[in-house]
Amino acid sequence: MTATIVKQEGPSDVAPRPSVGSHLRDYLARLRDGDLRSLPAVTALVLLCLAFAIVRPVFFSAANFANLFTQGAAVTVIAMGLVFVLLLGEIDLSAGVASGVCATVLAKVVSDLGHPWYVAVLAAVATGVLIGLTLGFLVAKVGIPSFVVTLAGFLAFQGVVLLLMREGTNIAINDEVIIAIENRWVPPPIGWLLAGVAVAGYAGTQLLRHRDRTARGLVTEPVAVVAGRVAALALVLGPAVYVFNQERSINPLISSNKGMPIVVPLIAVLLVFWTFVLDRTAYGRHLLAVGGNREAARRAGINVDRIRISAFVVCSAMAAVGGIIAASRDRSVDPNTGGSNVLLYAVGAAVIGGTSLFGGKGRMINAVLGGAVVAVIINGMGLLDLSSGLKYLFTGLVLMLAAGVDALSRRRSAATGAR
Amino acid sequence: MSATPLLELRGIDKSFGPVQVLRDVALSVHEGEVTALVGDNGAGKSTLVKCISGIHPTDSGEFLFEGRPVSVNSPRDAAALGIDVVYQDLALCDNLDIVQNMFLGRERSKGLVLDESAMEQMAAETLAGLGVRTVRFLRQHVASLSGGQRQTVAIAKAVLWNSRLVILDEPTAALGVAQTAQVLELVRRLADNGLAVVLISHNMNDVFAISDRIAALYLGQLVAQVRTTDITHAQVVELITSGRSGALGTGSDATTWGAVR
Repeated sequence: MTATIVKQEGPSDVAPRPSVGSHLRDYLARLRDGDLRSLPAVTALVLLCLAFAIVRPVFFSAANFANLFTQGAAVTVIAMGLVFVLLLGEIDLSAGVASGVCATVLAKVVSDLGHPWYVAVLAAVATGVLIGLTLGFLVAKVGIPSFVVTLAGFLAFQGVVLLLMREGTNIAINDEVIIAIENRWVPPPIGWLLAGVAVAGYAGTQLLRHRDRTARGLVTEPVAVVAGRVAALALVLGPAVYVFNQERSINPLISSNKGMPIVVPLIAVLLVFWTFVLDRTAYGRHLLAVGGNREAARRAGINVDRIRISAFVVCSAMAAVGGIIAASRDRSVDPNTGGSNVLLYAVGAAVIGGTSLFGGKGRMINAVLGGAVVAVIINGMGLLDLSSGLKYLFTGLVLMLAAGVDALSRRRSAATGAR
Repeated sequence: MSATPLLELRGIDKSFGPVQVLRDVALSVHEGEVTALVGDNGAGKSTLVKCISGIHPTDSGEFLFEGRPVSVNSPRDAAALGIDVVYQDLALCDNLDIVQNMFLGRERSKGLVLDESAMEQMAAETLAGLGVRTVRFLRQHVASLSGGQRQTVAIAKAVLWNSRLVILDEPTAALGVAQTAQVLELVRRLADNGLAVVLISHNMNDVFAISDRIAALYLGQLVAQVRTTDITHAQVVELITSGRSGALGTGSDATTWGAVR
């Protein structure tokens, strides 16, 4: 209630038809008010890619492009789960090692016990759900701060992994289906088909929404803006699929290596699914409400405890999926799976993407964009052959920068009253 | 004016441990009227509101709604009767937009999917029905609204859900002059639309501008409930500060009901 004096509209209150220009002005005004959304992540992504490509031209090779995705997949998926917890203004420090526990369960079931892959995947995800229920219960019902609960989990789960391994070194995974996630490719024509379906599906939902709103006489976005967004998606997906479908093998006669990694459509499906849950269901709305103002949510009749527990369940279940992807990539599970800096990368991915550490603000696409930035950093530094000291230092700085942007944009929002 | 009050309280007592906060309170609230609840800090206004809205159960006394005795033991009970409290700043989620806030906890869905268009349409109709013209765009986040606009959204939410009794806790406390006027106008319109309104306020100008009746609390006792036209500014201040004013208030035989009605 500062400078925003009540806007007095004339009595003729016809909904203004926004033009492309006014849409652009609104967007710029939101940016000025600290509502940065995905802009920092996209900017960082472009700048980092350019910088690495100039220093190491091999960065832009088809082989490295596919590498980027397989390297960043596990962290990205864990980050997607973390968004749910961050939305509530909570933190899950145990997501990384929880993914290690779930990966160990997967390896145990598929390799040691010899069950089929789907049983192992189910067991891993069920383990994740169980971990999430436990963490959520301790946070929401017992009332221990999530920082402490998940810090304890961070330590305890590393012990669980060691116990499950019986102090062994690693468990190899030989199941073809699980290995395929990170090590096999979608045939090129199918890749094009999937990209086409994605663009058509996006265009379809946008069009339906536009028609519904027009029919009800509500304010609609200009058609040009809607078409622009669909075109932007096509412009991102088209070249990506094209590069994926280049031959990456040094000698194609021995083994052909082209098409997008299977993990890419998997992440796309997870992205669409969780975006739908957050944006289009009552559950997602309630989650945002609890993150924005817990007391208001409680007064609106929302079961706050249940929402908080569910966020931890989603986070740990997604960590399980991340663990499965990591196991697939390494073709084995060892006590380091999901350990060391996986969690930091995942939190970094979510925050760099634009998820607020203060709760109430975050989308699935944030995690994916942030995951891409983290993958580019890891990959590029690998190509530069930096010492591990420098790698840690640089990654830490990037995370700090992202958190700083979050805090500053939040301060700016508070000052201007926007969000 | 209808004969039976929408809400009638008789002999309400409420203690927190050894401290008696409400003593034999009797209050009646009528449909189509604004009842102003006044009293100094600590007089028991907030406690009384919390008793009405089911947050605090009463120790003893009668709670009549439309002349029928009811028991209100939780906010859910109160909501089921159509009693809605608009709190100063706790009611809205800053990170959600106006429509999302108005439907929070009671979203409209088609199957699993939220029916955004229908909700936006209903929100627009409700705001238009209240003559609200201060909100430019229904999809802006509540954080970007002014204090007056926020109150407007919170009040409109109560109307949207067909509340019958709306309790407003200091709705203008943090507002500027123009915004206060707008919110007061909206409150008056609620009553004119047939709702029963209880307005808690410290501001005598607000109280005299829109209320039909004034109920004064003094140290946990409802010392007077009178028509606004039958009392002066100075008398109300006297009731608030000393609990009595001439024939009105404690000590005089004609307390509360008799003399007033």
